[in-house]
Amino acid sequence: MTMTDVAFYLLSGFAIWTGWRVFRVDSMIRATFLLLLSFTSVGLIGLLLSASYLGAATIFMMAVEMMVMGLFMVMFMMNPAGLNPMMMVHQHRLSIVAGLLIFAAMTGAVLLTPLPSDPVAADRPVLRDLGIELLGDSMLIFETAGVTLLATMLGAVVLSSRRGRFGPTDAGSVPPGLSAGGPPAGRQPKGGGSHGGHGGHGGHGGQGGKGAHDGHGGGGSHGGHGKNGGDGNHGGHGG
Amino acid sequence: MTLSAILIVSAALFGIGLYGALSQKSFVMLMMGLELMLNGSLLATMGFWSLALGGAPKGQLLAIIIMAVMAIELAIGFALIVAVYRKRQADVTEALETLAR
Repeated sequence: MTMTDVAFYLLSGFAIWTGWRVFRVDSMIRATFLLLLSFTSVGLIGLLLSASYLGAATIFMMAVEMMVMGLFMVMFMMNPAGLNPMMMVHQHRLSIVAGLLIFAAMTGAVLLTPLPSDPVAADRPVLRDLGIELLGDSMLIFETAGVTLLATMLGAVVLSSRRGRFGPTDAGSVPPGLSAGGPPAGRQPKGGGSHGGHGGHGGHGGQGGKGAHDGHGGGGSHGGHGKNGGDGNHGGHGG
Repeated sequence: MTLSAILIVSAALFGIGLYGALSQKSFVMLMMGLELMLNGSLLATMGFWSLALGGAPKGQLLAIIIMAVMAIELAIGFALIVAVYRKRQADVTEALETLAR
């Protein structure tokens, strides 16, 4: 067994272990960094496989991606630091069985299939070949990937925009209920709750606005703009 | 280091990712599962390119396409998370039981 083999098995075990720990730790930030370690291990395996460009690109790209993911973890998760035990899972047994089944099926296919063997020659200029390929025969594919990424950027901006084609994207937003089909969870605005924009409560438009600042505004989010009952009626659209 | 060993490792990563994508309630954790599945695919592609294709450059091109898919999945996924949160104030899959409200 050569040093390359030892490094491969160590990196493989580390990649699998960190990948598994991603879903077992309480801290979401730790989960993000564990996923980054798994990606880094795969990138290093790529370096062992003579794919120097792919290995390095994987490490650099995933470092940035995981930082973004960590940011979103802090924004959206209730327990980013792992101060409390947390296990936010559903259909757990089914998921375990599905994961094991797919692993067993793919492993069986690998072991039963006669795989070709044609390793990269040690003196082959793989980076030069890749460059010639990207700017030669496969330029159209490469450019298509670039245009797709541009379209992705535009789509991401449009999707996450605060203002959509038909008005504010959070109009009528209400928190989900604690039970299926139940009433919205969380605090409700004082100025009439989720119906804060109705005419009868129009005079409380200012209070509806306060509720909107709390993030539970519901229909009151527009009532907040109102100075009188008329504008409170406008808020009724949101409800 | 054989192709079979690399493919088995990639199958393990894919299986763990599938477990995460199916089991996690949080959107962000669900995306982590998807990323792990793509991680396994990327490793399998690199293994095939290195040990079965003789270093043909089109194999590396396929791996680059997989990396582009990873980036697209992450960007659009996070944009969808933001959009769903704006509309439903939801960050878990259970909050999206109905498509229309």
